[in-house]
Amino acid sequence: MIPLAWYLIFSAGLFSIGLLGVLVRKNAVSILMGVELMLNAVNINLLAFWRYLWAPEVDAQVFVAVVLIAAAAEAVVGLALIISAYRRRQTVVVDEMNLLKG
Amino acid sequence: MSAFQIVFLLIALLTLFSALMVVFARKTIHSAFWLILALFGVAATFATLAASFFVVIQVAVYIGAIAILIIFTVMLTRRSMEESGDQLLPGWGWAALVVLIVFGGLVFMLLQWQGIFQPPQVLTAGGENLENLGMALVMPDRYVIPFEVASVLLVAAMIGAIYVAGDHKKRS
Amino acid sequence: MTSEVLLWLIPFPPLLAFGLIALFTHRQRALSHSLAIASVALSWLLAMVVFFRAVSQPHLSEEPFVSALNWLPLGGDWLKIGVLMDPVSAVTLFFVAWTILMIFIYSVGYHNFGQPEGDHDQPGLPPHGAIVRDAHGHTHRVPSIEPMYSRFFALSSLFAFAMFLLVITDNLLTLYIGWEIMGFCSYMLIGFWYGKESARKAAIKAFLTTRVGDVFMLLGIVGVYTATGSLNYREALMNPDVLRVLAETPSGVLNLSVAGLLGLLLFIGTVGKSAQFPLHVWLPDAMEGPTPVSAMIHAATMVSAGVYLTVRIYPLLSAGQEGGALTPAMSVVALIGTFTALFAATIALAQNDIKRVLAYSTISQLGYMIAAVGIGAYVAAVFHLVTHAFFKALLFLSSGSVIHGMEHGVLHTDEKIDPQDMFNMGGLKARMPVTFWTFLIGGLALSGFPVLTAGFWSKDEILTGAFAGHHWWVFGTLALAAFLTAFYTMRQITLTFLGTPRTHAAEHAVESRAVMTAPLVVLSIFAVAFGWSGIPEKFPLLGGLIPNWFGGFVGSMVHAEGEHTVESLLPLLTSLVVSLGGLTLGWLVYRNVRAGDPDPLQKPLGALYRVFKYKYGIDELYDAVFVRPSIWLAEVFTYRFLDKMVLDGIIEGVARGTWNLGLALRRYFDLAVINWFGDAVVSGGTRRGGEALKPIQSGRVQQYLIVTFVGAILLGIVLYLMFVG
Repeated sequence: MIPLAWYLIFSAGLFSIGLLGVLVRKNAVSILMGVELMLNAVNINLLAFWRYLWAPEVDAQVFVAVVLIAAAAEAVVGLALIISAYRRRQTVVVDEMNLLKG
Repeated sequence: MSAFQIVFLLIALLTLFSALMVVFARKTIHSAFWLILALFGVAATFATLAASFFVVIQVAVYIGAIAILIIFTVMLTRRSMEESGDQLLPGWGWAALVVLIVFGGLVFMLLQWQGIFQPPQVLTAGGENLENLGMALVMPDRYVIPFEVASVLLVAAMIGAIYVAGDHKKRS
Repeated sequence: MTSEVLLWLIPFPPLLAFGLIALFTHRQRALSHSLAIASVALSWLLAMVVFFRAVSQPHLSEEPFVSALNWLPLGGDWLKIGVLMDPVSAVTLFFVAWTILMIFIYSVGYHNFGQPEGDHDQPGLPPHGAIVRDAHGHTHRVPSIEPMYSRFFALSSLFAFAMFLLVITDNLLTLYIGWEIMGFCSYMLIGFWYGKESARKAAIKAFLTTRVGDVFMLLGIVGVYTATGSLNYREALMNPDVLRVLAETPSGVLNLSVAGLLGLLLFIGTVGKSAQFPLHVWLPDAMEGPTPVSAMIHAATMVSAGVYLTVRIYPLLSAGQEGGALTPAMSVVALIGTFTALFAATIALAQNDIKRVLAYSTISQLGYMIAAVGIGAYVAAVFHLVTHAFFKALLFLSSGSVIHGMEHGVLHTDEKIDPQDMFNMGGLKARMPVTFWTFLIGGLALSGFPVLTAGFWSKDEILTGAFAGHHWWVFGTLALAAFLTAFYTMRQITLTFLGTPRTHAAEHAVESRAVMTAPLVVLSIFAVAFGWSGIPEKFPLLGGLIPNWFGGFVGSMVHAEGEHTVESLLPLLTSLVVSLGGLTLGWLVYRNVRAGDPDPLQKPLGALYRVFKYKYGIDELYDAVFVRPSIWLAEVFTYRFLDKMVLDGIIEGVARGTWNLGLALRRYFDLAVINWFGDAVVSGGTRRGGEALKPIQSGRVQQYLIVTFVGAILLGIVLYLMFVG
């Protein structure tokens, strides 16, 4: 049987790689991909805890479902924003989107 | 090490490798393809956790919908990035350091906790589990409200996305 | 390892090869094709081991190799996937493994591996040839390597995976998955040279046309699951109790029983995949792909999958059959098959493109098999399926070799001619001997040349089956189609190989390399010898010399197979006469065609020739009836009316409402209350603070995020030290 720790470390690794992607990529779409990886790491975590601590109660799975819905919503809005920004400014490089600059 | 553990390790390594390629691939479209592989890896991980329903959902929603959306967006915004240009921000080494510290911190905290040596719960075979999940999502005394709120969120996101991404030039 | 484990493993090497080539080795051509060929060779080896174990197993049809796993949870039940090796899948696996392996090897030569890169070749277009300078300073134009070499092998490997999956599986769902993956690969490979508009159009046409069949097939699969609670062949399709119930329940549609209706729905999938009338239109256009693709997908394997499905659902189609009468479902199947066999054969008469003739002959031969299933000649259908796969793969590969030789001539002479048009060839026998002999063997097998070739035995079986069941119209039509087949095959051989060259390019054609001709030789051995495994015992003189292994092996699948005991020699005589007569007539008519001559058939057939040439106008009909109305519907109704006015209206309305709400909130609450408070009270302090903090606001989200995480780390350390450390 696989120890719970493996899942958790795996998920921590995936989360960190996703975070790295968010931090270092220039392209907004790539940043979104990083976010997807982080959300997936969260789901692995939730399902691992479900399997090892709560099964067969399903409460943890409900969270996974909600995370999935949130991820879908996030991807949809994020990509729409990227397209919209691209249309206005002809760029998807986040560094060049600095309207908020003080 | 049992065969099951080896399989898990292979899946995990493949997933992490694909995830790294997502971050470091030079072309964004290649990132997107690696992302699909990483998502498949996560689906396989779900399978090792006996969460078959989420394996299917992972494939359908993440790979079938989100990854495809991402690929579409990459294609639509293709002109913006020079494909050969550097895709990483200058000074990404610092960010990598921060990420390493985060990862180290997470692992360190995990190893402090005794619960990680917990054996898995016993599952009864069969699909009864899935039925429970279905009931839990629609029972008024359980999760119907979060579930409905989430679905309203999704609808709102969809309408918002169509509005934001729509072309308004003609009207204004 | 047990046979079941080996069976599970068969599809996976090509899948692995696909992944590796697509992800890692697509720049190294040699590595890519080595991977692909090694993977299919491994699958071939596994398949052969399993096949020979299956053959040596007594009573395989009662005790097949099976193994199943739980796959998807469904409420209270599981969808299972599994593998099954019974006689039908064993023989299918045999020919699939052989043809795929041969075609992979052939592809290395076909895509000009080892040749220089073209000077202005680009991905998406066929290679134009490269100019090389030899030691004496002469320049030559030689064929150049395919620009997307690795991509071809990646897609073909994926295709091989899907085909193996389809053959070894034990249920309709996995079969459907393999079926659709093949549909996808077919689309990608027909459109392989996507720079050509015709290739793009052909790819879309193939995809959409087969999709029509697939939708009905999916309905059929769902119907089978609803009616029987299972998709497993043995539980749902081969279980006599279940079949009896299905056959006795009326479906309420057209007087069919449930079994008949489901069988027909599934059969429509076959009509799409195996290019039967009326969904045959995509197959000839699919010849836009590279020739190995035509051989592999559109002749030997993928279109065979459709017939394989029909063979699988034969119990459904024939459920409720009493005596020798056909069930309504079987009559429909027999009618479509018979009609297609004749219909496609007539079109093939008037085509000039060497590959197109073969494409129509494929449609026609598939019609034979379908007709055979329809009249209950189960063994004959499977037998023809196997022999056809061998000789049609052979014919396609040979024609590819011909085209290759002609292209070489075209590059050499710089003539502006179509290297695929048979009227530009002639006399290639001397220039390309191996190709000629193998093509001849394949052609003779296709026309059913007596005794020697495999095609004779299988076609004779079908005719005998039709004769024995007293299906005179089937018998007569198929015999006529067989005559036409022999005729156009000889027309093709005569125009291509015999006589004198009609163009300069044909004079300078050269034989292809050994990597291309070796697979041809292997396939031609099967095109001859495989027929000997199924010589009926009742055959005059020869019957019984070699035991009818095939009949016994596959025949055990159908329990009440009343072996056709035909004493009459009429069917045998018919097949002799039509095949020899067609061949001779074809040779007589075409032996003297000179350069620039019109087709000798043009005059005697008159208007009919034009009808054949323009394929009965079916493409134009579909264009007017289906394509244009759909485009109109999509453009005017769906897009302009439904999407732009109705849906966008609703969405815009909701969005605008929210916008106005926000505006109202802003005006009456935000501006009036909050801002007043803020302006009057907080603003001053904030402004000074803001001025001071302004430099750190770079506007870069990622910088903000990194700061956030550094903060989180610091906070974590502080908390840890406070509460734990």
